[in-house]
Amino acid sequence: MLMTISLLMENKPGALMRVTGLLSQRGYNIESLTVARTLDPTLSRMTITVDVDAKQRAQVIKQMNKPVNVLQATDLTDAPAVLREMVLLRVRATMENRTAILKEAEIFGARVVDSSVEGFALEATGDSEKLEEFIAVMETYGEIEVTRSGMVAVSLEAKKLRLAPPIPKAHGEPAVPR
Amino acid sequence: MSNTMNGARILLECLGREGVDVIFGYPGGVTLPLYDVMYDHPIRHVLVRHEENACFAASGYARATGKVGVACATSGPGATNLTTGLVDCMMDSIPIVALTGQVSSKLIGSDAFQEADTFGITRSATKHNYLVRDIKELADTVHEAFHIASSGRPGPVLIDITKDVLQGQVHYTPIHEIHLPGYKVVTDGHAGQIRRAAQMMWEARRPYVYAGGGIIAAGAHQELRELVETLDAPTVCTLMGLGALPGSHPNFISMPGMHGSYASNMGMSDCDLLIALGVRFDDRVTGRLASFAPHAKVVHVDIDPAEIGKNRTADLPIVGDAKKVLSKMVRVLRELEPEMAGAHAEDRRAWWRQVRGWQEEHPLEPVFSPDEIKPQHLMHEINRISDGKAIVSTDVGQHQMWAAQFIRFDEPRLWLSSGGLGSMGFGLPAAVGAQMAHPDKTVFCVVGDGGFQMALPEVATLANQGLPVKVIIMNNGYLGMVRQWQDLFYQSRLSAVQIEAFPNIELLAAAYGIRGRIVDKPSELAGALKEAMETPGPFLLDVHVTPFENVYPMVPAGAAINEMVLAPPKPVPVPAK
Repeated sequence: MLMTISLLMENKPGALMRVTGLLSQRGYNIESLTVARTLDPTLSRMTITVDVDAKQRAQVIKQMNKPVNVLQATDLTDAPAVLREMVLLRVRATMENRTAILKEAEIFGARVVDSSVEGFALEATGDSEKLEEFIAVMETYGEIEVTRSGMVAVSLEAKKLRLAPPIPKAHGEPAVPR
Repeated sequence: MSNTMNGARILLECLGREGVDVIFGYPGGVTLPLYDVMYDHPIRHVLVRHEENACFAASGYARATGKVGVACATSGPGATNLTTGLVDCMMDSIPIVALTGQVSSKLIGSDAFQEADTFGITRSATKHNYLVRDIKELADTVHEAFHIASSGRPGPVLIDITKDVLQGQVHYTPIHEIHLPGYKVVTDGHAGQIRRAAQMMWEARRPYVYAGGGIIAAGAHQELRELVETLDAPTVCTLMGLGALPGSHPNFISMPGMHGSYASNMGMSDCDLLIALGVRFDDRVTGRLASFAPHAKVVHVDIDPAEIGKNRTADLPIVGDAKKVLSKMVRVLRELEPEMAGAHAEDRRAWWRQVRGWQEEHPLEPVFSPDEIKPQHLMHEINRISDGKAIVSTDVGQHQMWAAQFIRFDEPRLWLSSGGLGSMGFGLPAAVGAQMAHPDKTVFCVVGDGGFQMALPEVATLANQGLPVKVIIMNNGYLGMVRQWQDLFYQSRLSAVQIEAFPNIELLAAAYGIRGRIVDKPSELAGALKEAMETPGPFLLDVHVTPFENVYPMVPAGAAINEMVLAPPKPVPVPAK
């Protein structure tokens, strides 16, 4: 099943590598992954969709919480959350079907971001199912080219972020020179 | 002394403040600034002969002391050579900090001489790793690394440091606080869960304690003993947990698993409550997971939440530090004892009778022959000399299993063995680390003729440092464990397992300027071991044992652990080759 994880992480070099490396190391297949800075520029938010056995979900979250730089990993699969994906799609349009394409785009709430004699570039957001339908419909008009953003998600619950307090270092004396 | 110093000196300053007294390492181009500072620094440096062994030696030091071991290597090949040792520490939860040099910041990414992506390569080989490109981050990083390595579930941490950081100058002020907001370790254990666990323990008719390396890592051996005695439960210690309960303790059964004793495995299979403490339900312990402890409810205590429910669902999970959790658990057990202990007293006596019955039915007994030294005989002799007190490091394979079966450990941190990764070549460098930590203790390095040759360069380190390690080579002329599987599961088609051209150990020892002896007669074994013990300094004892002897009991791959093969199915054929 597809599982959606929201992950808050310190924005340090190698952060993305740690997450993708851990996922592949544990044999979890990444369906999509998005990452960007948060309001706090020292942190990154990732939304990760993985294809795992339903029984493994708790274990996946435990594993994702393990890296030292991860502040919080949350399973949004069944949680109250808004999940969205964006698709940018180029479709070749003939003089005959231009109007039909625009009509269809409107039904899906897509915006025209470029128009030329060759055809249109369209932008649509929505959940994955809706976007898949949109792509399927556009395919019936002819050759298309598609880029998907991967899922981004926001939880609708305020989940308290628990952070570890600073750790005092009780020092021994520095080593005495010989 | 001015407080402006170079990165290399800051690094050693921080190591000193972390209590480091010895570094196991190998120098190279980019670590020159570091070795220059080491020249007259009080922290000792032990020059190993291969970087992999720097990690293993640091690991041996850490296993024998509980302190963080430190390994050091140069960039490129130095760093890549560390990886086996890092993964070994990762699998066995051993705290080490590995320091590697990296090419100068400006050169990173240019495929410079001896450049390797150490940070990327060691991501999955470490609990955490760092690349330090800014000297201002160096001191914090070192203290963070030690904290991460030694707290929670211990593990290896690597710090890759660029040459410009090592030689750059900066004003140094000691660090008094580190910040790791995402690093949350639960140590206390949920009080309600601990109470419920204690109730389950008194309610059980056939309780069984399954204790592992987590007890040793947490220093919870005393608490384990109190728990076991309060509950009077039979107890097995895993390969990583040997010594967690004294081997001479009446409640100690043996090691469970693939080469565990009959009683250990039968107990696991028949208990109604499995009290799993600092263990991870490794496949070498559980055999076929679906048939493992089928009648048991499971209480699982571990500091790593990801271990709980990973392989076996826990009926009662407790996340926490074993020392803290067990000490509370013992208190609750005692509190409940007057009211609850009597309920199943008769069933519990019957349970003990059954466990004792299994022990008598198929005991782990050494095998002797008048003509040949049996491997079990060798381990029996080492056990007699050690008397539960010596440090024993091993390699991986048949000798490791026989050593685990026949050598008793009455304290934790005596048994040093590569458990999870199963790295051959571990034993000798681990013994170097342990002997450096405990100069006055007897350290046996029990290895096979295969693994000994993997770590052969470290004989020079023994000689060089004058370390009185007693290297006992169980020499059967084969890579015995692989041969055992070829015997049993590949129709004795022995492929690439015969080790020919083993060096004459007496000449080899002499070449290194140390003492060595070959022994092949059972009647001379005790005398040879005595000579090894009485000889000051290192000793190489090459013990020629029966070539065709296999380790039993054995749980074949994919079988349940109560489906043991107890003896050779047929006389082991001697192949015509």
